Amino acid sequence: MPFSLLKYGLRSRHVPFRDIPPTPDLKRSYDVVIIGGGGHGLAAAYYLSNVHGIRNVAVLEKGYLAGGNTARNTTTIRSNYMTEESVRFYKEGVELFETMSRDLGFNVMFSQRGQLTLAHSEATLRSFHLRAEMGKHMGTRIEVVDVRTVKELCPHLNLDLGGQHEVMGGLWHADGGTARHDAMAWGYARHAGARGVEIHQRTEVTGFEQAGDRVTHVRTNRGTIAVGQVLQAVGGLNGQVAAMAGIRLPIRCFPLQAMVTQPLKPFLDILVSSANLHTYLVQSSRGEVVIGGGSDPYQLASTRSTLDQKEHLAEGALHLFPFLYKVKLLRQWAGITDMTPDYSPIMGASPLKNYWLDCGWGTWGFKATPVAGKRMAETIATGRVPDVLKPFDLSRFDSFALLNEMGATAASH
Amino acid sequence: MKLLTCPVNGPRNITEFQYLGPVRAASADQPEQLIEALFYAENPLGVMREWWRHTPSNIVLIAERHTVSDQIVATYLPNRKPA
Repeated sequence: MPFSLLKYGLRSRHVPFRDIPPTPDLKRSYDVVIIGGGGHGLAAAYYLSNVHGIRNVAVLEKGYLAGGNTARNTTTIRSNYMTEESVRFYKEGVELFETMSRDLGFNVMFSQRGQLTLAHSEATLRSFHLRAEMGKHMGTRIEVVDVRTVKELCPHLNLDLGGQHEVMGGLWHADGGTARHDAMAWGYARHAGARGVEIHQRTEVTGFEQAGDRVTHVRTNRGTIAVGQVLQAVGGLNGQVAAMAGIRLPIRCFPLQAMVTQPLKPFLDILVSSANLHTYLVQSSRGEVVIGGGSDPYQLASTRSTLDQKEHLAEGALHLFPFLYKVKLLRQWAGITDMTPDYSPIMGASPLKNYWLDCGWGTWGFKATPVAGKRMAETIATGRVPDVLKPFDLSRFDSFALLNEMGATAASH
Repeated sequence: MKLLTCPVNGPRNITEFQYLGPVRAASADQPEQLIEALFYAENPLGVMREWWRHTPSNIVLIAERHTVSDQIVATYLPNRKPA
């Protein structure tokens, strides 16, 4: 690599390298159509083309590549969930991040710096013990730590919080980390494109043609295409796209807001989150402090921001790190999350035979991008849902086999 | 600050209100509608009827609100929808 780079640098005529192939005309038919050009859809396209040899694939993206929730999340990677099914799945996701830069030949800046979740009450500590024991049982690095260890892990943290919400301990998850979301999406897109996957930006799905329990054609604003199989992974619009195919999903949309501060010198080398304050912070490699927290209080399918929510995030951040009081905000934004009743995603089969779902990712989708893409590609290639995905099937709501991850998910990444 | 008009107290800051979710078509009292009522809540792109509560005065009301523009179209007490 260094030699080729040197050669490239010394060459007099530079040929600009294009990561993503230009959007071609739509063909008449594809073996697989992936609706949604975000991280999940691109990861599935990568695994289909690079692992399973299925190359006649089109990724349809209404806007631009990875411009939805892939660009709007706060890049937390972790596997410290509550149930065995979830930990098994997310652990695989963390492991894929560990080798991602090497696998893709694309620096995704994965930084496994560990995540510390703070407990401000006995009840929270009890739930931490449950999560720690489950995580240890499943082979992840996780433990409940006392206040002294919290102080060692994060010396700048304000532990007494003025007598309210004093820190009583924490859940230390050494496997936790962060990575560049855009780099991940671009890495997947580049490798999928190199194997013949077509990426169609500004291509909106407007409907489906069905015969019996199969989708035969996908209608778009650029023409109708025949399909072998369809994968839906469209983030906040999952309910609406599924409805076009006649599928009802147990999903409600809420905006999730976040913000970053101006760059500061490095002071925070772990991810910190507080379940009680509904706030989490991470310092990016540029020095910006990323601040996220709970969802908006009511249903909405708009990415507008509100002062109320931003003040709420700032309040939590200042409780934990009061010295940030003079720091200015650089950017703020929102994404539309597709929330399920049990705070777990919906992956696998749909009522239609050749239509697969990768949705209900709510506020927890980024960390699962590689594993969801890998396992959904396996599902499409083999026609069989792998065991690790079976607990996440849409039918769990009909049989009351819910996978409750509210305590490990909501507002406390 | 966003305002929501309470039918009793008039326009108030929306942070004074608690969101209680969509008015549900399905009823958990009907066994055949149980799963629908528990898990499949309304999630339209458009005007939705929903329950709200003004917390200081404990007034429960219904708001009609657009879920994309966030515009509040009407508010009224339950069963007293203006003509």
